[in-house]
Amino acid sequence: MSKIIEGLYYTNTHEWVRVEEEFVFIGITDYAQASLGEIVFVELPEEEDQVEAGEEFSAIESVKAASDVLSPVTGIIVLINDDLEDSPELINEDPYENWIVKVELEDKTELNKLLNAKEYKEICE
Amino acid sequence: MKKTILYDSHLKLNAKMVDFAGFMMPVVYTSIKEEHFYVREKAGMFDVSHMGEFYVKGKEAEKFVDNIFTNDVLTQKDNQVLYGMMCYPNGGVVDDLLVYKINRESFIMIVNASNIDKDFEWATKNNIFDCTLTNESDKISEVALQGPLAEEILNTLTDYDLTTLPFFTFQYIKVNGKDVLVSRTGYTGEDGFEIYGDHDVIAKIWDEILEAGKDNVMACGLGCRDTLRFEVALPLYGNELGKDITPIEAGLSFAVKLNAGDFIGKDVLVKQKLEKTKRRIVGLSLLDKGIIRHGYEVYHEDLLVGFVTTGYKSPSTGETVAMAMIDRPYDKLKTELTVSVRGKMKKVVVRNKKFYQKSYKN
Repeated sequence: MSKIIEGLYYTNTHEWVRVEEEFVFIGITDYAQASLGEIVFVELPEEEDQVEAGEEFSAIESVKAASDVLSPVTGIIVLINDDLEDSPELINEDPYENWIVKVELEDKTELNKLLNAKEYKEICE
Repeated sequence: MKKTILYDSHLKLNAKMVDFAGFMMPVVYTSIKEEHFYVREKAGMFDVSHMGEFYVKGKEAEKFVDNIFTNDVLTQKDNQVLYGMMCYPNGGVVDDLLVYKINRESFIMIVNASNIDKDFEWATKNNIFDCTLTNESDKISEVALQGPLAEEILNTLTDYDLTTLPFFTFQYIKVNGKDVLVSRTGYTGEDGFEIYGDHDVIAKIWDEILEAGKDNVMACGLGCRDTLRFEVALPLYGNELGKDITPIEAGLSFAVKLNAGDFIGKDVLVKQKLEKTKRRIVGLSLLDKGIIRHGYEVYHEDLLVGFVTTGYKSPSTGETVAMAMIDRPYDKLKTELTVSVRGKMKKVVVRNKKFYQKSYKN
C-alpha cells in the first residue's frame, strides 16, 4: 500500500503539490517512485524556467527507463532541489520530503483542478 | 498471452509481471539492483521458458544446420554448444542462437522468444535436406542458474560432477532424479547453467534450487538479465542485432567462421570481415549527467553518426555507459561525440564496450 499524505494536492499522473503561500513545491508520489523502482538520475530544469500545467519539466530515470514528470501548475521555477543531482535515490527514500522544484504560481485557482488525497487514493487502488 | 509453467511461482514471489514477446514474464521481484548483485556475487535463477527450441533430426541434419548457421558445426564436437546467427543473404540477422550438437544427425537450436515464428518459418523454408525440423518450444521449459555459486548449488542436486562440465558443453543428466539437459552456458557474464526439461520437471527443479541454495540464491527477473548481459557486451536481438545489422558490424565476427561450409549470407559477411564495415558497435561513456538509452541519436558536431543500441547506469560500476552503432571513423577510441537526450546534447566519449569483466569457469 503506497503512502498518501493528507493536505497535499495530487495529479492523476502521480505528482504531488504542497502549497506555501503563492509558492508550491512539486514532487512525485510514493506510488510513482515504487512503480519506477531504483531511481538513478533526475534531470532537473533550470531556475527561472517557465512551466505549464500538464507539460513535462523534468525526467526521472530508473534503472530500466525514463519517465517524464509533468507540472501540475503554471508558473516560474524559483528553486530546484539540486541535492537530487548527486543523490537521485532520495526520491525512493522519501518521495514527499524530497521535492523536485519550487514554483511561483501564476494563478492560484489552478489548484482547484487538482485532486485531493482521497480522490488520489482512488486512482491508486 | 502465454504463461510459463512458473507463472504462479512468480506471483507467489510478488514479481512485477510484464508482456515480453507474448509471454507474461517477471521483470523484477525485489529490485533490479539487488537481483543484479546476487548474480554477480552469489547466484540468481531466471525463468527463461519463453525461449524457443527447435529439434533437427536426420541423415543430413548437420548439412542443414551448417547451411543456415554462421558458426562452424562441421568441427563442432558432440555435446558442444556453439553461439552464432542465422542470416539473410544480405548479411542481416534473422536471429542469434545457440546450437547444441547431440551428434551429426541430431541438433537442438535455441532461439529468441520474440523470433520463434519467424525463425521456424525461415529454417523450414531452407530445409532442402534429408532431415526433419520441429518446433518443440511449447513442450520445453527452461531455467538459468547463474553466478559464482551456481555450480556449488546445482551440484548438491545431482550425482553428475558438474565441476567436470566444460564451458559451452552440455549433458543429459538427472537433477533430483528427474531427466534434464544441462549446459554450462548463460547470458550474464558469470559462470552458470541452463537447464531444459519437461514443464512439470522444471517447475519442481525451480523450487528445489531455491530451497537448496537458501540465502545464496534468489529468483531474478528480465530487468537484471538485461543489465547483466549489457555490462559484458552480450548482444540483444532488436538492439545490437537485427535484420539491418550484420554480425560483423555488431563485433561478433568470432561467431562467423570463414572456414565453415557455405551458409546463407556468407559472401557478404566474409567481405565485411576482410574489408571492414562502414560502421560498428562501440562503447560510450557519458561525460555529462543523465542516462543514454536505446534509440537515442549520436552526433559528431552537426553530423548524425549513429545511434545508441543499449544504455544504462551500470549497476556494477556505477558509470553511465552505452553500446552504440557508430559510423567510421567516429568509432575510434577516445573520440568525443554528443548524444541527443530529449533534445539536449550530452557529451560522450568512445570506449571499449566491455564495461565489466566476464568471469567464466572451465
